[in-house]
This record gives sequence, C-alpha cells and structure tokens, in this order.
Amino acid sequence: MKIRKYLKVYAKFLHTSLASEFEYKTNILIDLITAIFSLIGSIFLLSIFFQNNSTIGGWEFEQALIIQAIYTILNGITNTWFNPNLTEIVKHVREGTLDFVLLKPIDSQFFISLKKIAPSGFLEIMLGFCLLIYCAIINQINLNLIFLTLCLITIICSICILYSLWFFISTTTIWFVKTWNATEVLRSFLYIGRFPLNSFSFSLRIFFSVFIPVAFITTIPSEVFLGHYQLWKILLEVMVAIIFLFNSRKFWLFALRFYSSASS
Amino acid sequence: MISNLIKRKVFTLLKVQYSNMLEYRVEIALWAISGIIPFFMLNIWTSNNLNEGINFSNVMLSRYFLCAFFVRQFSVVWVVFSFEEDSLMGKISPYLIQPLNPFFRYFAQHIAEQITRFPFALIIAFFFFIFNPESIWIPNLGILFLSTISTFLSFLIQFLIQSIVACLCFWTEKASSIERLLFIPTLFLSGLLAPVISFPEYVKSWIYLTPFPYLIDFPANLLSGNPTNISRGFSMQILWIFLLFPLFKRIWTEGTKKYTAMGS
Repeated sequence: MKIRKYLKVYAKFLHTSLASEFEYKTNILIDLITAIFSLIGSIFLLSIFFQNNSTIGGWEFEQALIIQAIYTILNGITNTWFNPNLTEIVKHVREGTLDFVLLKPIDSQFFISLKKIAPSGFLEIMLGFCLLIYCAIINQINLNLIFLTLCLITIICSICILYSLWFFISTTTIWFVKTWNATEVLRSFLYIGRFPLNSFSFSLRIFFSVFIPVAFITTIPSEVFLGHYQLWKILLEVMVAIIFLFNSRKFWLFALRFYSSASS
Repeated sequence: MISNLIKRKVFTLLKVQYSNMLEYRVEIALWAISGIIPFFMLNIWTSNNLNEGINFSNVMLSRYFLCAFFVRQFSVVWVVFSFEEDSLMGKISPYLIQPLNPFFRYFAQHIAEQITRFPFALIIAFFFFIFNPESIWIPNLGILFLSTISTFLSFLIQFLIQSIVACLCFWTEKASSIERLLFIPTLFLSGLLAPVISFPEYVKSWIYLTPFPYLIDFPANLLSGNPTNISRGFSMQILWIFLLFPLFKRIWTEGTKKYTAMGS
C-alpha cells in the first residue's frame, strides 16, 4: 500500500521535472555533446598514461577502459538524480522552505532525494553502457547469469555508497547553511574514480578506501566485470553499502533535530 | 580628474567585494581544496614512473603540478554562473542603469576572491611541501614576476571567454551549459591533468595555436622552472586577449539591445 503510494508520487515527480527540463531543449543537446567530449577527454588522458607503459597499477589499457565506462555510468547517475536534488537541500535550508517539505505527509528523505531529475544525465549513462559493451567485446568476456548478477549487485552497491556520500555532505547544510562547495570537494575526490585504485601510492589508497570509499565505487565493480573478483571484496562492498545507507538515514533524522527553520 | 574618478571606482568596488568575500571564508577554503586534482594526477604520474618517457624528473614534475595548482587557483572564473543567475532574477536591470559596465563588478569580485583565496592556497602548498620536502624551491624574483603576469593574462583570457559566453544569456537564458562544454577542452588540454609536453605528436602539432596551453601549462612551466618558450607564450596570450576583447565588446552591445529585463 505504502509502496504504491510512493511509486505514484514518484511518477508525479518525474512528470513535473521532465516537463520543466524539456523547456530547455538546446541545453540537453549541449549537455549531450559535453558528455561525449568529456568521455573522449578522459580516454585521451588515459592514452597519455599508457603511451610508454603497458600497464598502470596492473591494469592494461583495455581493462582501464572498463573503469572509465563504469565511472561514466555512475557520473551519469549522479548528474541525473543526486546533483539536482541534493544541491537543492542547501536552498531549502537557506530559504527556510525545508519547513514545507517536513510538513508534507511523505518521507522527507524520499522527497528531498528524488524530487528532481535532469534528463541530460541519461545520455551519459547510455554512453557508459556503450563503452562497457565495447569493453566486454575487446576483453573477450563471456557473459553468463552469475557474472551479470554479481556485476549488478556491485554496481547497485556503488550507487548506494555514492548516494550516501552525497547525502551526507548535503545534510551538513543544516548546521553550516552554505556547504554548496563541499559537494564540489566531493566531486573532485570522486574524480580519481576514473583511474584504478592500484595506480595510486599506498597512503592515498588507504585514504580512498577508508575515508572516502572511492575504491569501492569503481574499482571493485570493474574487477568483477573483468572476472578477477574475490568474494570477500564483494561481500565487503555490500557491507559498506548497507552501513552507508543505514547511516545516511540515521544522520538525516539526527540532523533534522537541529533544524531551526531559517528566514520565515 | 577622470583618472581620479576611475581610481575611486576601482578602489570602492574592490573594497566592497573583498569584504563580501571575507564573509564567505569557509566557502573559499572549500573551493581551494576542490582544486587539488593536480596532486592526484602527480601521484599517478610518479607512482607508475610515467614521467620517464617524457624526460621529466620526479622533482620537476611535482613542482610542475604544484604550480599548475597555483595557476588554476588564481585563474578560476565563474562569471557566467553569476551573470546567468543575475539575469534570470532580473538583477541586471539596475546594474545596466549605472554608469559602469556590470562586468567591472564581476571582475572586482574575482580579484577580491583571489586575494581571499591566497592564504588558503599557501596553506595547501605548505602541506604539499611537508609531504614532498625534496621539491622545495624558491623561484627568483624575475621569474616570479613574469609568472604572476602570465597567470593574470591567463585569468584575463578565461574571463573574456566566459564573459562572451555569459552575454549569450541575452539570447538563450541558460548559457552555463555552453560554459560546461567549453570547460572540457580547458580541463584536458590546458595542462592541468598532464603537462602539454607529454601529449602525443598529433595533438602537439596544433595545440600551441589554441589558447588552451597558455592557460595553465605555460604559466606553470614558467613558475616551476621547466623549459618553455617565454616570448611565444606571452605573445600568444596577448594575441588571444586582443582577439577576444573586441568580440566581447561587440556581443555586449548587441546583447544589451536584446535585453528583455526578466524576472522583475
């Protein structure tokens, strides 16, 4: 019953935000070109790295492309859902409109995380999938059911971790009011997800697996995709994803206790 | 008399914007942190010994990326985002009535922000030297002076390009997506992620004719003491400014005729 209600509300969200986004059709076209250029740029950068070396951190060029593809998909998801919604929290807090959200007979985290959608991110997701399929062909990966489910599980876990990270940072707005730039810091840290974790020095590797688990987000799904997976890593990722999601929920409820309605 | 008036205008604008920026210290600190991508890139280069192929010693490379970080810190431009918001909200109208081109206001904003940013950039550099003590060096005064000028010229080029894009707001309302598109070549070709000298030949043959290598690669090479063609660098920077400035004036006069005073 409850789920059906939420689905219905989500359909309405989709309808309204798509309608407003399609007002700017040229924008969507420009965003498509941007996504393509951005992918070309990262592959170009990767090719510079591989100019004189055949492997980087144990990854060959064809294998490193998989990370690129998964990064592109996740980046598309970020641009479609997380970025438009979670940057809005800042606005809600500053202008005091979070009151209206809290008064609605619907879960506030659901409302705040899924209200908007930016269709231009879809194109990035599709680009990422195309590259992934291409990688599957050049790396001669044979697809089977177990392989696909494992891939799906790890990618879903990555999405959960990514969402929680964004949500954590955005929630801190309740205390600091203007942390719009904090998301920019997160974005620059996530940037390293384009490269295999092993290509960094030991200290950075620790940093990016313990403090900001970028490692889990792209490298583990790519390893699974290549078939080089270890079961404990997948289990670890699932655990991390569950802990992150659970804590993001806790953190939101905790933060709300400190919300003192600005400006109204 | 006239020069006195201009001086007073400049001084007042700078003072107002500087006090404005000081209010947002934390934000500016976060902006400074979000620019640390060059250090991650340095980590990839040195951890995988990628620099052997391009005759760049580890020390020189780390200096290069530190300088790239600095140059980037002092040439960040966001005028299009401010202008877009102001023009959508109708804030441009009162500015247009004043006997001062609104872009002077934005220009002062950027300069004030750079002054606020300076101590944070120094702190980050200090931490960088703690981790890489072997790369400490003191550039001589002449080089410091020249590289400051070239950084400023790089800032001017980017400011002009973005102002031209911002003026497109008069026609399309959402010009920031065009800026995001232009940011992609700036990111990958300017030398922020990899020094231009490491680019493959088929790119190097034409890249020095575009403005991109003069945005970060040229000032960073100059400051870090790596070999670079100083006279070509400066003349290309000045040439691009001379090309872009009339274009900006033209689009500004055309655009203000088109202006329809939205939002108010």
